[in-house]
Amino acid sequence: MSNYETQQLQALDELLINQFEEKKHLVTAYDIPKVTALREKHFKDFLTTGFPDSSHEKWRFSEIDGMLEQQYVHALEPQKTEKNVEELFRCEVHNFNTEIISLLNGWFHDSESGLHTTTDGIIVGSFRAGMKAYPALFEKYYGELAHSENNSFVSINTALVQDGVFIYVPDGVKASKTLQIIKLIDRNENNFVQNRNLIILGRNSHLSLMHCDDSINHFTSLVNTVTEIFVAENANFELYKLQNLNDQSGLVNSTFIKQEANSNIKTNTLTFNCGMIRNNIEVALDGKGAHADVLGLYLMDKQQHVDNQIRILHNQPHCTSNELFKGILDDEATAVFNGYIYVARDAQKTNAYQNNNNILLKPTATIDTMPFLEIYADDVKCSHGATIGQLDMEAMFYLRSRGISAANARLLLMYAFAADIIDNISIEPLRIRIDDMVKKRLRGELSVCEKCVLHCGSPEKEYNFEIDMSKL
Amino acid sequence: MLLNIKNLHVSIDGKEIIKGLNLGVNSGEVHAIMGPNGTGKSTLAAAITGRDGYEITEGEIWFKGKNIVELSAEERANEGIFLSFQYPVEIPGVSMTNFMRTAVNARREYHKQPPMPAGEFLKMMEEKKNLVEIHAKLTNRSVNEGFSGGEKKKNEIFQMAMLEPTLAILDETDSGLDIDALKVVAKGVNQLRSKDNAFVIITHYQRLLDHITPDFVHVLYDGKIVKTGGKNLALELEERGYEWIKDHQLA
Repeated sequence: MSNYETQQLQALDELLINQFEEKKHLVTAYDIPKVTALREKHFKDFLTTGFPDSSHEKWRFSEIDGMLEQQYVHALEPQKTEKNVEELFRCEVHNFNTEIISLLNGWFHDSESGLHTTTDGIIVGSFRAGMKAYPALFEKYYGELAHSENNSFVSINTALVQDGVFIYVPDGVKASKTLQIIKLIDRNENNFVQNRNLIILGRNSHLSLMHCDDSINHFTSLVNTVTEIFVAENANFELYKLQNLNDQSGLVNSTFIKQEANSNIKTNTLTFNCGMIRNNIEVALDGKGAHADVLGLYLMDKQQHVDNQIRILHNQPHCTSNELFKGILDDEATAVFNGYIYVARDAQKTNAYQNNNNILLKPTATIDTMPFLEIYADDVKCSHGATIGQLDMEAMFYLRSRGISAANARLLLMYAFAADIIDNISIEPLRIRIDDMVKKRLRGELSVCEKCVLHCGSPEKEYNFEIDMSKL
Repeated sequence: MLLNIKNLHVSIDGKEIIKGLNLGVNSGEVHAIMGPNGTGKSTLAAAITGRDGYEITEGEIWFKGKNIVELSAEERANEGIFLSFQYPVEIPGVSMTNFMRTAVNARREYHKQPPMPAGEFLKMMEEKKNLVEIHAKLTNRSVNEGFSGGEKKKNEIFQMAMLEPTLAILDETDSGLDIDALKVVAKGVNQLRSKDNAFVIITHYQRLLDHITPDFVHVLYDGKIVKTGGKNLALELEERGYEWIKDHQLA
């Protein structure tokens, strides 16, 4: 404990710099040479840039300053826990058979070896174990996508990160089960956590992945995750990110995806609760005929903040992308949407669509939405739109004139607004569950302190009839 | 008396639209309210149903022996007042089934009844759909979204059938309807007529009244009812035009 007390006297950047310089043997203990080399490079970058603050253009509207002013502990080795971890991670989603990958306070929590092959033939394990067992894959892929331009969180992650998830789907392997990464933060101290995920999909492979970020207590945590995803020719990848942390906590999530020809991806970022969230998502369409759906829903209230920075890079011709983010903001919540679409000179026949729709429930809520298109090809179709509005008063009266209370009419309309993001969830049991969570969130009943995000403390319901809106 | 409006004055943004209106409606009656554009017909409907922004500056609206002026829109609906909208609102993302189920159960809750069982509800949906010749599957369709003009109006009557109001106000239900849809709507209304309920039909033209025979016809002009008669008054108006009323007023 005394170690943590001394740590707490320092600012976070100082603490991390000292750890890198003084505890390098711990940090690099499992490294292959490439990983160590990248650490050195990114550490130097971080020394020059430091953490971003709101004077930086790309962080102008973010509320990162407040998160960084606090003091944290940052563990370089996993801690023992007395809790029944199996119980913590038990997933109870009805009819939803997932393969669970658990991380507790940022550390891979699984078998002794930290690596196994699923019945479908997918290799799943910890970042460390993956590096040891598959050095050639790390040599080829690690650090090839993640860059620190406008985002020094990637630098400090690359310099100091020690654990995370490694997934390798060999050519032609199609996952029959959804993989579910559950990351729990449960420490009675302010905790800084870094994770690094490397996900590789071979040709003609298929993977759907759910990534749940949760906190189960009310201490402040700041989580900095970097994920690199490689999607080879004809592969199909779906990513559902569920973000449900407490009001004090911060989450910086940087996801980089590279797509080869005729591959398909879908990401759906569902933000239910968190003090401060920054989602950086960059999708590079690097092969002809690739398609990306990049979707998101954010439901924020109180003084919560969410910042979605989306970059879609059309580097090759005949690619399509569809970007849709929707948000409902209550109280003094703030949100940022920055949608950047780049179309390279040779990327003819690009079809890119971007839309961001927002409902502000109170005049004190704020959204800054910024579409940004940079197009160098001449035969392309790019469209974008952004809307900010209130609930439709005509529709409100229509519902109330049928006897539906004002409160329920509001809920119905908010739910309806969110519905087209929910409808895009192609895994049926997950869609039903998310649908239920959205309703709970809109009613203010979603718990952030009970187990994983999908438990939310409720018994499973039977869904033999349509969802009963009358209970809203 | 089911509905009794006494000396009603209604303003929008400080501008008086209804200027001392009196109207009494008994159970079992059909009243038509006719009049030129801009005389306050839709404002009257909005004031009775409790729409925000329509300020009742003077007067009373008694419904089933209760002055409902202070009640919210949903309370008035649950007391048994229904408005068929001139322009039904599209609500993407809210399915017809969930909408109706929420509304039906809201009313039951208001009257301290348990929610309607799912099976019974679905059976009722099917029955009432046939009444207005809606053949489409409503279950997964969003409220009024992508409905044609005729379908929207049929949908209003369908909702009316589901909610079984004691007073139904039909605001320009005939506007935008072709003759076939008009007949279907009128047939639906006629089937729902009973000695226990009443209808107030707001219309600009005679043609809906060819199919739904009113007991009384009122002419609304400049915020007041200036003439009341039987069903033949509608025919007379159709023939002589509203200029006749205007001249009559000025004289």
